[in-house]
Amino acid sequence: VQLKYKIAGGDFANAGNVASSLKKVLRQLNISPQIIKKIVISVYEGEVNIVAHAYSGDVTIDIEKDKLRILLKDSGPGIADIDKAMEAGFSTASLQVREMGFGAGMGLPNMKKNSDILNINSVPGKGTELELITYFSKNA
Amino acid sequence: MPELNETYFHHALKVLEEVCIGCTHCMTVCPTQAIRVRKGKAQINDNRCIDCGECYNACPVNAFIVEQDDFASIKQFKARVALVPGVLIGQFPSKIPTSDIYNALKNLGFTHIFEVENTIGFILEGYEEEKQNGLRKPMISSFCPAVIRLIQVRFPSLIENIIRIKPPIDMSALYYRRKLQAEGFVDDEIGIFYVTPCAAKIASVKSPVDSEKSPVTGVINMKFLYNRIHKELSQSSTSGTENLNQDMLSSEGVLWSLTHGETMHSKGRALAIDGIHNVNDFLEKLENDEYESIDFLELRACDQGCAGGILISGNRFLTVERLKKRAVKYPHLEHKKLYLTNAPANNRIGEITARPIENLDDDVEQAIVKMSRQQELLSLLPDIDCAACGAPDCQTFAGDIVQNQTSISHCVFIREKMLARGELSKEDAEKINKEIWGDKPL
Repeated sequence: VQLKYKIAGGDFANAGNVASSLKKVLRQLNISPQIIKKIVISVYEGEVNIVAHAYSGDVTIDIEKDKLRILLKDSGPGIADIDKAMEAGFSTASLQVREMGFGAGMGLPNMKKNSDILNINSVPGKGTELELITYFSKNA
Repeated sequence: MPELNETYFHHALKVLEEVCIGCTHCMTVCPTQAIRVRKGKAQINDNRCIDCGECYNACPVNAFIVEQDDFASIKQFKARVALVPGVLIGQFPSKIPTSDIYNALKNLGFTHIFEVENTIGFILEGYEEEKQNGLRKPMISSFCPAVIRLIQVRFPSLIENIIRIKPPIDMSALYYRRKLQAEGFVDDEIGIFYVTPCAAKIASVKSPVDSEKSPVTGVINMKFLYNRIHKELSQSSTSGTENLNQDMLSSEGVLWSLTHGETMHSKGRALAIDGIHNVNDFLEKLENDEYESIDFLELRACDQGCAGGILISGNRFLTVERLKKRAVKYPHLEHKKLYLTNAPANNRIGEITARPIENLDDDVEQAIVKMSRQQELLSLLPDIDCAACGAPDCQTFAGDIVQNQTSISHCVFIREKMLARGELSKEDAEKINKEIWGDKPL
């Protein structure tokens, strides 16, 4: 099954909507609450990243019987130094974004922590593509 | 693992079929989508219901009743204890002294009166222990049984956050039973009757959250008792004195069951949230990790805490005002330390199990197939949540279809289309109408 969502850059009021509606769906699938929580946290962080940094983005979720794949694709400034971006606490968020309580530099590290596979691809000046895979059975 | 359709919970809320008009008000306010309308009557799904009482409040014809134990059953005990929450007192005008209310309760047949909030000193000590033990934050209060059930059915990943210290009702029942035993009563002679402001506390006595036996003997509906006390008061003269002889009761205790009653003791970041829909929305976001570094959550199903309970007769805001006035008359908890001895030994809540209600199938693969079908159905439905199908909203309706509990022709929009296209006969359409709405003359 595939679910698709759109995200508008700068729309902090609605950051979290994708995570919430995905959670509604996942609750119906008899997946352990801990795994659901991990997935939902990753999606939420991804949403916030797009809202805080990009102009617009698409979230595509593929659900299979043993795993879930999240594809976050945005058009935005891209990430110049991916290794740096993966470090906890590193952030390029504007002061404005930080004042709203976001941009603590924990987004990508949190996503990595909460998913089994993380692939990242970014073209500076164009956008970022992020793929996250979580297996349902792992540690369940 | 229990079967999907097995009843987990005892419920205190029931629908009077002969009164119900199938109007859907209850169904659309239910926070767990536990109600459907079939044959023109509201039906409650026992696995989903958390006894919050939203349906009771929404019903325009008073078709919901709250069951209670027969009041006469107190007579079989030698020691007949009224376990009274402060909000009972708070419903009476300030000019009526507490001792008059106590006397009325004694005239009605009780031998002992113990206010539930006497034991909050023990509870606060317990909270401190839980904090020292490193309970996962935010620590969630165990006070409101409807909230605990909401967490069990919808937010099982937050069960670990629940403070495992028994709420005042159990703590006080345990404490007072032992006190009476020390005075020479044997266990069989002691009947402890909780006077309840809500349905959820009845359910929590009849089937405790941890499946252990409740220390409370029976439950008396506060609305019923309020009327009886009123009658007594009108027939007797006032004693004119304020009874302050609840040894352990403090001003903090008097306020405990109201909103902020617990958070005012918290040193860290603490939030008080009342109203079951507010609680539901907050927990949804909390579970997504959207809120960080909160230490303590006081969550109550009713607006204004227990003052807004469905069995409270008085106005909730006036009740709050009176209790605040009453609190001033009582010493602070720190001056009550002297009396806070003999805390009940078994004061911890046992295992709280997850009881998820939203699984489409126990098998993940099957569940995905059903979910995929549900998504397809959703794209066909009007998405206006009109409830004319007998389900509270389109999403729930689509879920019911894939669970074979209803069919898509129950949607009035689809049915009209099917009629227009000749895919459904007028007779069949009429039959469906009756299945949902019963034999009403229209």
